[in-house]
Amino acid sequence: MSLLGVVKAIADQPWSVELHESLYGYPIVESVHVWALCLFVGLTIVLDLRLTGLTFRTVPVSEVVRRILPWQIAGFIVMVISGVLLFYAIPVRSYQNIFFRVKIVLLIVAGINVWVFNSGVYRRIQSWDTDPIPPARARFAGFASLALWVLIIFCGRMIAYNWFDCDKQPQPQVINTLAGCELEASAP
Amino acid sequence: MNAVAEVLWHFAKWSEATSLGRVIRNSEYAFPMIEFVHLVALAVIGGAVLVVDMRLLGLGLKKTPVAQLAKDAQPYVTGSLIVMLMTGIALYTSEATKCYASVAFWIKMVSLLLAMIFTYTVKRTIAARDLENKVVGVLSILLWFGVAWGGRWIGFGG
Repeated sequence: MSLLGVVKAIADQPWSVELHESLYGYPIVESVHVWALCLFVGLTIVLDLRLTGLTFRTVPVSEVVRRILPWQIAGFIVMVISGVLLFYAIPVRSYQNIFFRVKIVLLIVAGINVWVFNSGVYRRIQSWDTDPIPPARARFAGFASLALWVLIIFCGRMIAYNWFDCDKQPQPQVINTLAGCELEASAP
Repeated sequence: MNAVAEVLWHFAKWSEATSLGRVIRNSEYAFPMIEFVHLVALAVIGGAVLVVDMRLLGLGLKKTPVAQLAKDAQPYVTGSLIVMLMTGIALYTSEATKCYASVAFWIKMVSLLLAMIFTYTVKRTIAARDLENKVVGVLSILLWFGVAWGGRWIGFGG
């Protein structure tokens, strides 16, 4: 079964339909997603601002990481659960949405950025913990994270305005390929 | 219709007729793009407000004095608030009469007014005096989350 087949099977589940059509359920899930955005992305920005040396310069970096991380994780869990539910309510349209696809790729890149930071410059934190302006690699991780989250917010918001929806044809071939649209053979 | 409601209604009609409102309404891309900037500013203000509120509650960056944290966060709170107000006004002009009829919009406006007054008077004073005050922290979080919640529900026609 193709991935699209799996997504279509999800769409056929009664709870998926119910959430999509609910009067309050769907808006509440979306509101929670936005609320968690303040918590998770907001606190990620706080850490990024410290890593770039833009502000909170007197706070040791390890202190920001240690004391903010539990709250970021809490926000991230709420974000993922509400995000999965939003996908669950509208599976096929989301799966075939270019903005959704780019968002997933950017989320993976953001994860790689964290991994590179943790396994690289953060291992030597003792040597730069209290530096008002952290070393270049740490600043890079901070700026990269800021840029990535701005783009992720962009893609997230645009999912709702998908100008490249498979139902809106004709679209350039490249768009339909990227979105994974299944097009019926056009009449000769 | 009472006098205040009438003024607000006329203001909404006037806002919608401005060239800004018309340009945004007639563009396919303007509204989503402004919303995107509004959301980025929301994330920034969320972090900058929360980090201080959490500190007031005795959570988060406990080793840093409240006053220092508040001073560092201040430009980001004010900066993102300015962006939010500008983009928010632009969004409003494009659909002012819809907003007029929206309960969520008025909940948001009242919360926003209270949140701004509270932030720049009570919270600012308490933080500057380096006091760890839990009530101030809780009130600030509640007011700002009321603003965010109300904002999202305008889009649902609430």
